[in-house]
Amino acid sequence: MVAIRFGTHEIDLTDGETVLDALLREGIAVPYSCRSGFCQTCLMCASQGKPPREAMQGLRDTWKASNYFLACRCKPVMDLEVRLTGDLPAPVRARVQSVQPLSQDILEIGLATDERLHYHPGQFINVESPGGLTRSYSLASVPGEDDGLLLQVRRLPGGRVSGWIHETLKPGDTLHIQGPLGDCFYCEGQPVQPLLLIGTGSGLAPLSGIARDALRQGHKGPIHLFHGSRSRDGLYLQDCLKRLAARHPQFQYTPCLSGQDIPPGCARGRVHEVAQARFPCLSGWRVFLCGHPDMVQQARMMAFMAGAAINDIYLDPFNVALT
Amino acid sequence: MSTITPNASLYERLGGAAAVDAAVNIFYRKVIADSRINHFFTGVDMDRQAAKQKAFLTMAFGGPHNYTGLDMRRGHARLVEMGLNDSHFDAVLENLASTLSELAVPADMTDEVIAIAESTRSDVLGR
Repeated sequence: MVAIRFGTHEIDLTDGETVLDALLREGIAVPYSCRSGFCQTCLMCASQGKPPREAMQGLRDTWKASNYFLACRCKPVMDLEVRLTGDLPAPVRARVQSVQPLSQDILEIGLATDERLHYHPGQFINVESPGGLTRSYSLASVPGEDDGLLLQVRRLPGGRVSGWIHETLKPGDTLHIQGPLGDCFYCEGQPVQPLLLIGTGSGLAPLSGIARDALRQGHKGPIHLFHGSRSRDGLYLQDCLKRLAARHPQFQYTPCLSGQDIPPGCARGRVHEVAQARFPCLSGWRVFLCGHPDMVQQARMMAFMAGAAINDIYLDPFNVALT
Repeated sequence: MSTITPNASLYERLGGAAAVDAAVNIFYRKVIADSRINHFFTGVDMDRQAAKQKAFLTMAFGGPHNYTGLDMRRGHARLVEMGLNDSHFDAVLENLASTLSELAVPADMTDEVIAIAESTRSDVLGR
């Protein structure tokens, strides 16, 4: 007999019972609708144990890699600790190891945790400020290539957490983080599939991590990274990305500027429109979109209508907090 | 390995979950591009919408589902308030039929799918 743990509840499953039925039997109100494995309303995550494969059918690759499953299809074969996908893991302590400016308004922060954090480049963590505010920052580091965690923090006008990070954070400081979170990352399994990466601003942090991760995992297909900014001082990591392109012929980097002054080597226009003009048909592609939420939503629709499948489009919109 | 027998269900003959996966992207693209009905779908998250379309296609393909007529009514009540009527329902069926034709589904099976979808009309339109 197997059992599931949900918060403080321990529930023994009866023969052939699904996780959803067991939770409902215990009077725990979890969301569900079709009970047939299609609507994804009962999507949950296993933080301990592996859900059976049939409970993951039809889910996107990154969800499978994060042990997401459909509670209505899940008849566990081992004990599971489960949570709703919106519930966050407990905070852990991290120590600042390095602080390095990358551009006028982007600062790279290196963090180390006591216990090694298992993450995929492109995921994000929540950072808590001393004032109790929480903000999400993408991980630009690649496990095995970089020590610890690297964040690229863009200073927002009047931003209380980004202001605190830019002005006061120094090596040796400690803070609390939650994570890893997010489903915008590279999964192996289709090594020749063309990849399209489009980002604005510090959306380059997850995208550069995803590109390096794909190359590290031996991705053979083309990887096209488009980074957009209004003006040239918003471009960063250019040397690093050009070196990456020189080392890996399948990787191409195109900086795009939407302003007036366009230096050689940069494309003119809004980043997703430049990418669309270059690749009008995206059938069979995998697409990663990070940065400004308007760009992410427009580019998502563009990529889908251009032929990319819904499950092949990965998003990380940087929503600006209002508190 | 499953063998397709003459008695196989419509869902099995169409190709099961894989057929739904193939159809959902094509179908959803057609719906978004169709100016007769796409205003019902603006502002709805694309992932959630695609999951709902998948549930709908699974049902229309004769696949496993637990939706009742009451679920159909509740699920579309907001759209009926927005003016959802027979002409919109017809447009959805048209997009469904052209999706199947793009996937080279034979005419007799297409007819069966359309008939199942048609059977939900009065619940969807709340009458």
